[in-house]
Amino acid sequence: MIRSLSRLTPVLATLAVFLAGFIACSLVYPNFASLRVVMNLLTDNAFLAIVAVGMTFVIISGGIDLSVGSVIGFTTVFLALAIERWGVPPLMAFVLILVICAAFGAAMGAIIQYFELPAFIVTLAGMFLARGVSFLLSTESIPITADLYAHLSEHAFRFEGGSRLTVPAMIMIAVVLAGMVLLHLTRFGANVYALGGSRQATALMGINVARTTVLIYTLSSVLAGLAGIVFSLYTSSGYSLSAVGVELDAIAAVVIGGTLLSGGYGFIFGSFLGVMIQGLIQTYISFDGMLSSWWAKIATGLLLFAFIAFQQFTLHLARRSRRAPAGVHP
Amino acid sequence: MALRLPRIGTSQIVALAVILLANWVVSPQFFDIRLQDGRLFGSLIDVLNRGAPVALLSIGMVLVIAMRGIDLSVGAVMAICGAIAASLADSHALPVVLAAALGAGLACGLWNGLLVAVLGIQPIVATLILMVAGRGIAQLITEGRIVTFTSPDLAFLGGGSVLGLPTPVVLTLGMMALTLAIVRGSALGLMIEATGGNPRASALAGIGTRLITVAVYMWSGLCAALAGIVASADILGADANNAGLWLELDAILAVVIGGTSLFGGRFSIILAVVGALIIQAMNTGILLSGLPPETNLVVKAVVVLAVLLAQSPRIGGHLAGLGVLFSRKKP
Amino acid sequence: MLATSPPAAGAAPDLLALIGFSKSFAGFTALDRVDFTLKVGEIHALLGENGAGKSTLIKAMTGVVARDAGTMRLDGIEIAPRSAEEAVRAGIATVYQEVNLAPNLSVAQNLFLGRQPTRFGLVREGEMRRRARALLAEFGLSIDIAAPLESYSVAIQHIIAIARAVDQSARVLILDEPTASLDAQEVEVLFAVMRQLKARGIGIVFVTHFLDQVYAICDRITVLRNGRLAGSAPVADLPRLDLVRLMLGRELSAATGRRPPHEARAPSTAVAAFRGLGKTGYVVPFDLTLRAGHVVGLAGLLGSGRTETVRLVFGAERADCGAAQVAGQKASIGSPREAMALGFGYCPEERKTEGIVAELTVRENIVLALQARRGALAPLSRREQDAIAAKFIRLLDIRPPDPERPIGLLSGGNQQKALLARWLATAPQLLILDEPTRGIDVGAHAEIIKLIRDLCAEGMALLVVSSELDELVTYADEVIVLRERAHVARLTGAQVEVPAILAAIAEVPSSASPPVRAA
Repeated sequence: MIRSLSRLTPVLATLAVFLAGFIACSLVYPNFASLRVVMNLLTDNAFLAIVAVGMTFVIISGGIDLSVGSVIGFTTVFLALAIERWGVPPLMAFVLILVICAAFGAAMGAIIQYFELPAFIVTLAGMFLARGVSFLLSTESIPITADLYAHLSEHAFRFEGGSRLTVPAMIMIAVVLAGMVLLHLTRFGANVYALGGSRQATALMGINVARTTVLIYTLSSVLAGLAGIVFSLYTSSGYSLSAVGVELDAIAAVVIGGTLLSGGYGFIFGSFLGVMIQGLIQTYISFDGMLSSWWAKIATGLLLFAFIAFQQFTLHLARRSRRAPAGVHP
Repeated sequence: MALRLPRIGTSQIVALAVILLANWVVSPQFFDIRLQDGRLFGSLIDVLNRGAPVALLSIGMVLVIAMRGIDLSVGAVMAICGAIAASLADSHALPVVLAAALGAGLACGLWNGLLVAVLGIQPIVATLILMVAGRGIAQLITEGRIVTFTSPDLAFLGGGSVLGLPTPVVLTLGMMALTLAIVRGSALGLMIEATGGNPRASALAGIGTRLITVAVYMWSGLCAALAGIVASADILGADANNAGLWLELDAILAVVIGGTSLFGGRFSIILAVVGALIIQAMNTGILLSGLPPETNLVVKAVVVLAVLLAQSPRIGGHLAGLGVLFSRKKP
Repeated sequence: MLATSPPAAGAAPDLLALIGFSKSFAGFTALDRVDFTLKVGEIHALLGENGAGKSTLIKAMTGVVARDAGTMRLDGIEIAPRSAEEAVRAGIATVYQEVNLAPNLSVAQNLFLGRQPTRFGLVREGEMRRRARALLAEFGLSIDIAAPLESYSVAIQHIIAIARAVDQSARVLILDEPTASLDAQEVEVLFAVMRQLKARGIGIVFVTHFLDQVYAICDRITVLRNGRLAGSAPVADLPRLDLVRLMLGRELSAATGRRPPHEARAPSTAVAAFRGLGKTGYVVPFDLTLRAGHVVGLAGLLGSGRTETVRLVFGAERADCGAAQVAGQKASIGSPREAMALGFGYCPEERKTEGIVAELTVRENIVLALQARRGALAPLSRREQDAIAAKFIRLLDIRPPDPERPIGLLSGGNQQKALLARWLATAPQLLILDEPTRGIDVGAHAEIIKLIRDLCAEGMALLVVSSELDELVTYADEVIVLRERAHVARLTGAQVEVPAILAAIAEVPSSASPPVRAA
């Protein structure tokens, strides 16, 4: 029991930071502690949380995916063009884009695996490619006027007091839950952790490392595509410059959520909390009205440093006690 | 890892020449250079001038990568130092302005170096922190506005000319010469290549790898600071949001095109700068050809992939040069 | 030489039979027509020094490397696994010294990774834990199976790896140096598990370099040397001394005649003296004095603490006790840099990972240590570098004599000479050589031995680790024998003879429990 608690320490720390932040905000602004604020947090950060789920898989496996922001941008442009210009039914367009994203992610995963190249640089090329193609498709912001979009943005669970759980937020919650099931309760999830722990050992244990790697990047790109769909619902438009730099926000959220950037450890729920903390900072700044937006970046940077330093410290402790007798844990 | 024989950089030079020729084909006046008011003008000069910031970044980046590191923060450091220079330009003398901006760059590098060398954090993670926070710091300095200045002294660094060459080009050449003098004039170059090639063997041979690591990140910070100053001086202001945005990626790309392996070891400063020029020549070529400028990123992606595949341990380093050549035919 | 003895009548049937296994890498013969037979319920020690071919044999029989020739039969049926995975499916599982499990996963996940019980695609956590507990209980292990693997000691991790292998219906279990980092009590726990597996009829190939353990648990011994089968016999037929001779013994080559006796020479000044130098869990504290013009040899089996000793002396590993005196002055050596400042040089055994920088040229590799000592700001000019490189290429006959060739393209012997040149260029007072003749061709052997003698004659102090005992005795003035990370004997003058060294290595330590089956 104590042992499993210690594994959860990073996530608990993230949870504590979030709760402390929320309480602090509520003390400063009494109307902060409302269901409406919470619901807005969920809606405004839905696409980021979806991407962060995929990024969590990638980072736990010991990789990184820099292409996700560009994939979101590409997705919104593709959807806008497909629905508005090419007359593709929206649902059909959704399916199409997810298939394209899956192929894109699989290709990156395959290159990383078979050419033994660093994920960082391969997904960097993917980032250029996806952004470049979306520029080629269109450089304008294209509004999406399809009925489905209007319906979906109207559709929401309404609570008393006017707060709404919107479709993007519902999709996000579903993705987070599904991600938790996939990572923590399936063989695939265990393989992802094993890859991050030791790639070589995983192969020697008879796990198909190549297949797992390709699947991980496929998953990340598909979730980025889904995030793009959600983003287009949220903005009702497609724009090739949307979601620039989202990969950084997602990586930051994953790290703040307690996932080790070198792989092997982490939780989806932590990444979700990491996204919520970033959203909280933004919300606080907008409540304040006087405070400038750059504080969000500085605060995120400080949190990143704090969590990375904390991880480095616990790793150091773990290494020191490696020769500890049986039953003793770091 | 495949062994690489000493490079002479033929493939990079040929690649650059091919692109320049292609540019000449799409735009026959490409090589025209005219002298006006004591300054050279023309597309070729433009390539050099516009390529200066990335070339400056790549000078620092190549050393970091040769040590098996990476510096993701250079774009953000550019923004910080550009912001400092622009905010001080009208109230302080140029030496003070430069000292403050370059000092800030060195401090940023020191921070990165300490995280990597002392705390033992992976370079990509360590420099990510400053990449995220740095732009915020830059905005803090400019208070979110686009700070403009009128100081002719600082403006000279961006728009002036020395002996007919634009100042940024002269500064880049100067930085390249200085770096070459320090790195190749001392034994640092050998030590960097040895450490990148085999860190354990180098430590056993008595090389102080920690100190060199910190020094190399500081140098990268310094180069980024100079690039930031040049960028600010060029537009007579500092835009903390966009200064140096994504240039770290271009700098890494320049280093990789220049034939330095991401796995460390042998490096070439000159070829990294040639790599930066290749990237800029491509950008200029696409502009001149009338193709939408958006093509740029796609071309870059193809170049990255081609170079990577050529460097892949599976395919072997021998094809590295060919990869660059082949990718050239796409645009 | 010992012949392979025929199986005794009525013995257990053959479980695994390898016939004529050969493998070479780029011209270097790692395995040369090796035969190996494992019986049902047999614990079979596979012994040999570094480079003898043990790991290549294991890799070849588990499909990790493709063999050039040879057939393999399991239960009389010919098999040819092409990967570790296929070998496991065929019934041959390997547990490596560096446990090949995922350290971050729970014990239960490690036991069942890739074959977890599932329902509707979801892992049945409860069922998996129940099975994990039951499986470990068979081995008398009652631990929290939800905890991450890395929170347990290496011994427990080994047992978990063994449990995983056995649960995948392994018939043959290869244990590759499982005891290298275990203490005596942990070894006992592991042995209990091995005896239990033996009782179940599982055949175990046990690689170790602790002779006591061989005599405590094994039924049969096979010794490899230089990629060839040196001998195979039941434990009872192979006393310690014969075993050590089988592992280390070599026909004395005429090329390396005995060096003249040195009793006559007066003891020269001490270059460096160490008192009580040691590190917990690394090397038992020892005393060591190194004199000008004097060669001290370190002998012992693999893992006996020879490399560890020289790494402490050179500061590559920080000692936690003891004192050093260099040239009569008290000295502290906490890093290679400090050791170099005192005039020490060190050629490590792992030439590829700790010696050469493969992509740099011969010239750059040669000047590296000298340059590091001078500091980055006092560069050797290109002309000085060329002169140094040319001098040593000529002096040591490095081939090809091209200073601008990447050193990685040279043969092992020439790489070794270049590394020697790296240290000779610093004109050291004390030169430490760890297995200077390992993995190099015969011609280079003689040259390096001659060089050691010449350096000694010039007044350099040398500390040499070598498994080539017949070579060692030709140049050493003093030989220190190590066993189980402790210096156990010191031979000087006329005592420096191969039989005496072998006897000291093979001697049964008085403190250890008597071997169960020693003849």
